[in-house]
Amino acid sequence: MRALETVLLAKGYVDPDALDLIVETYETKIGPRCGAQVVAKAWVDPAYRQRLLADGTAAVAELSFAGRQGEHLKVVENTDQLHNLVVCTLCSCYPWPVLGLPPVWYKSAAYRSKAVMDPRGVLADFGVTLPPEKTIRVWDSTAEIRYLVLPQRPAGTEGLSEARLAELVTRDSMIGTGLPLAAGASQ
Amino acid sequence: MSLSPDMLELIPALPCDIEGPVFREPWEAQAFALAVDAHAKGLFTWTEWATALSAQIKAAQLAGDPDTGETYYSHWLATLEGLTVSKGAASLEHLKQVQSAWDRAARATPHGQPVLLDNDPLAS
Repeated sequence: MRALETVLLAKGYVDPDALDLIVETYETKIGPRCGAQVVAKAWVDPAYRQRLLADGTAAVAELSFAGRQGEHLKVVENTDQLHNLVVCTLCSCYPWPVLGLPPVWYKSAAYRSKAVMDPRGVLADFGVTLPPEKTIRVWDSTAEIRYLVLPQRPAGTEGLSEARLAELVTRDSMIGTGLPLAAGASQ
Repeated sequence: MSLSPDMLELIPALPCDIEGPVFREPWEAQAFALAVDAHAKGLFTWTEWATALSAQIKAAQLAGDPDTGETYYSHWLATLEGLTVSKGAASLEHLKQVQSAWDRAARATPHGQPVLLDNDPLAS
């Protein structure tokens, strides 16, 4: 890697300050809490929810979350009838601007293949059991389109503030391998 | 689509984690940043990146990589090396020469001192 870095530096394809900034950003600033803010806002603000579902890229940019790879963000909404699950079967594309970098399991061959072939089994691996009549839709990410799941707002959270709601939104609930925490719980 | 139970058994258990650190070791962070910055400076498009990374992962799988997600940044680095060469930023030969220079520099550097490329005894 040092050789690669030396060559790219010499050619002007990378610079040390930019490299440090990228690492710092992804280690400390961008992560699942960004997506949780988006989800909580959609739960309390119906107009924002509509904009989010119509054009995810523009709606998350309203909260200053923007992609660097020119990808489009599509937000898929869970309902009483439908549960969404996100995967990248080829190379682990992931909505970085709102979730940060993917967890190890998201990058594993086991998840990449099983999510498509047996999504209900994947959910069981994560301890999630859905009613048999609920449809599961699997979204395969690409370099151009990344997906974010808008989970259902937990029951009994009517009186909670947007900030408190965001605390209930787990990373896995935005990938589709989990559900938001119940009212009164905290991460 | 459904699978028979014996087919499902062929799929290894999913490695689960908590919402932990994004990089397990410093080199992973550095490899990540190199590709993101090189893309930002126009060495390749992100579609080219994803295509190359997919091919790299597939090739590694065929070569026996367990592909549990823990070798992901090795594939990432190999992809960047491949694109650096195929995009003409450097020849493979030049890349290997620089790698050898780093190796010589590391061997020539006293233990505990920072390894610098200038420490390569063959450096001019």
